[in-house]
Amino acid sequence: MTEVDIGVALIATIGIGIRFSVPIALGALSGIFSERSGVVNIGIEGMMLMAAFVGFMANVTLAQPDNAAVLQHSSVRFALAIGAALLAGGCMGLLHGVLSIQYKIDQIISGTVINILALGLTGYFYDPEATLPQDVQPLLQKFKNPFPESSSATRELFPNFTLSFPNDIGQIIFEKDLITYLTLGLIVFVGWALYNTTWGLRTRAIGENPRAADTLGINVYRLQYTNLFIGGMIAGLAGAFLTLAAVSQFERGMTTGRGFIALAVMIFGNWRPSGAVMGALLFGMALALQNTLQGFGVNVPHQFVGMLPYVLTIVVLAGFVGRVQPPAHAGRAYEQE
Amino acid sequence: MATTSPAESVPAPPRVSLFDRQWWSTFQGVLIPLLSVLTAIIVGSILILLNGRDPITAFEELIRGAMLEPRGVRLTLVKMTPLVFSGLAVAFALKCGLFNIGVQGQLILGSVAAAWIGFAVEGLPPVLHVSLAVIVAGLAGALWGAIPGVLKAYADAHEVITTIMLNAIAIQLASWMISLGSEDGTLKPGPLAAKDVQDAIPRTPEILDSARLPMIYKIPFGVQMHAGVFLAIIATVVVMFLLTRTTFGFQLRMVGHNPAAARYAGVNVKRMMVLSMVIAGSMGGLAGGMQTLGVNFGYEGNQSLGLGFDGITVSFLAANNPLGINFSAFLFGAMDAGAGSMQKEAKVSPELLQVIQALVLMFVAADQIIRRLYRLRTADERRRQRLARQHRAIRQQQAGQSSESRAREEDER
Repeated sequence: MTEVDIGVALIATIGIGIRFSVPIALGALSGIFSERSGVVNIGIEGMMLMAAFVGFMANVTLAQPDNAAVLQHSSVRFALAIGAALLAGGCMGLLHGVLSIQYKIDQIISGTVINILALGLTGYFYDPEATLPQDVQPLLQKFKNPFPESSSATRELFPNFTLSFPNDIGQIIFEKDLITYLTLGLIVFVGWALYNTTWGLRTRAIGENPRAADTLGINVYRLQYTNLFIGGMIAGLAGAFLTLAAVSQFERGMTTGRGFIALAVMIFGNWRPSGAVMGALLFGMALALQNTLQGFGVNVPHQFVGMLPYVLTIVVLAGFVGRVQPPAHAGRAYEQE
Repeated sequence: MATTSPAESVPAPPRVSLFDRQWWSTFQGVLIPLLSVLTAIIVGSILILLNGRDPITAFEELIRGAMLEPRGVRLTLVKMTPLVFSGLAVAFALKCGLFNIGVQGQLILGSVAAAWIGFAVEGLPPVLHVSLAVIVAGLAGALWGAIPGVLKAYADAHEVITTIMLNAIAIQLASWMISLGSEDGTLKPGPLAAKDVQDAIPRTPEILDSARLPMIYKIPFGVQMHAGVFLAIIATVVVMFLLTRTTFGFQLRMVGHNPAAARYAGVNVKRMMVLSMVIAGSMGGLAGGMQTLGVNFGYEGNQSLGLGFDGITVSFLAANNPLGINFSAFLFGAMDAGAGSMQKEAKVSPELLQVIQALVLMFVAADQIIRRLYRLRTADERRRQRLARQHRAIRQQQAGQSSESRAREEDER
């Protein structure tokens, strides 16, 4: 076991860590969209699960050999499957909106409804026999590394620690699928837009003080609905990543708490996109590192690593270390006068 | 301008509608949950039709499996027991204004604690052993409930978020306690793991016979019905007594209604918050204890997942009324109990019931949907509508009179 090269393991760990963090970062971003506009969202998990299922089913249905060849083409299939997943996530976001904005039910209840509903609906309609035909490739392939191994210099920096220069960098930066890049782009864009555009200012305003925003002529409800729909779609992208990129398979309840980790990360990141991506990377890397350490015979029970995001969230929420500041009006329905 | 005052033109005795009475709003309190369940079942039937199955057969099988045979009734009572406790765990905290989403975590730790006492303490007489196990299950849940209570009271951390986090932590903690360890020995097995596991499923050792809840019906290979349902009823009575007949309960509800007012009235608000979460947590722990000591006789990972979240639905369906929780828990227990025969005979997968339960929660919470669907108006709305009608009549009368008088003036001119 000790023969594993540390350098190689390190590069692999970073790669796996990024893959773990993508759905978490997307989920946290989805949470930011709704909580920043004043609607608490504990239903990220359900939105992800629903979208993962719908995307998977769309992919499988389209890939059946008796369909028209156009539909079976991988880029058409990709567009349609991801579109279906986004729409499913968006619809769950809208349901959250209808329940908590139109009917003004407690936003926590509404989120709970979404979680249970998604678990039930996906479990009910899931058919274990629905799988991709044997010869069909998974949709989201990783891009090629432009630096082949042959052209890189492998150097042993320390004993048992080798890096091969351009190839390793290429592995981390280029050997990723489309959604990973999309996630990065989204986070940068939202992080910029939230603080530098009219939309961002209005969104933050209705999350802090909807009455004041309303007085200034902002249509609070419409903006909340819009943001919930977009947030749902982003959670949907996370779901699509799970069934179209990471593995091409659906299982009952396959999100296994990723939505709640996302919620934790969002709080840990103080409701900011930059904080969310840092948190997601931190936990993704911690999970990957625990995997890698096993290979070196250092066995940390994975449960303790799994606990980390939740414990840290409680710590920052209670103000033991630092202090996070939730949007002032999140959690309460806004009553127009 | 001679106009009669509105008061004189309105018929003096107000028309007392049958629907204005107090009993109508009380009755609606029962009617709306019932209609919610009915509507959810109708939506569920549509889903069954969508999958090409027969909803009538499905629900017949569900009822048969849950009610019509003695075996079914026993199974329903067994399934209902943890739901009563988890429903009470949600309701009790809510009476103090706290939303306990953390029943799942409290339940898991209660389960594990009961299993630990069940297999590790030897040589106690059955009555003592099982009582000790039940108490420790409650204490474990109470401890897990105390954390969000303290964080809320003294650090102002929102209890919804902390309880969600504590749920996840409890799952990981329990999973570590029963973990098998790695084959090469670098990872030690968890402190409560069973040593002789054949099928690689992590679990605690089986609890001793003396720690099992007494069985009311003990049939080999059949449904064993344990005495937990009586404990659930006792717990309901205790909770009701605490809430309605003691100063403590009064102060607790006061904090739930208006914490600021309670503080001015001299209630120790922080203490009340912690205590309510402690008691709610102990209910959650007992729910897990019942499962370990009466049904599973040990703790296995991923067992009884979801029971804690069902508590939210059970409690809301009963409008957080402890007595009502017994009825809604019975309903949900029956659904769980009939799921097996529904799946076997009607080929409808049990996840459908989860959909129905989610819809029930949705309809109960958003009762406006139900009211609109069935044209139900609240007594308040009825009164307001009648007043508006009378008001319109007076306006018209006045408008008629003023136009008459104006016409008369014009004539004179």
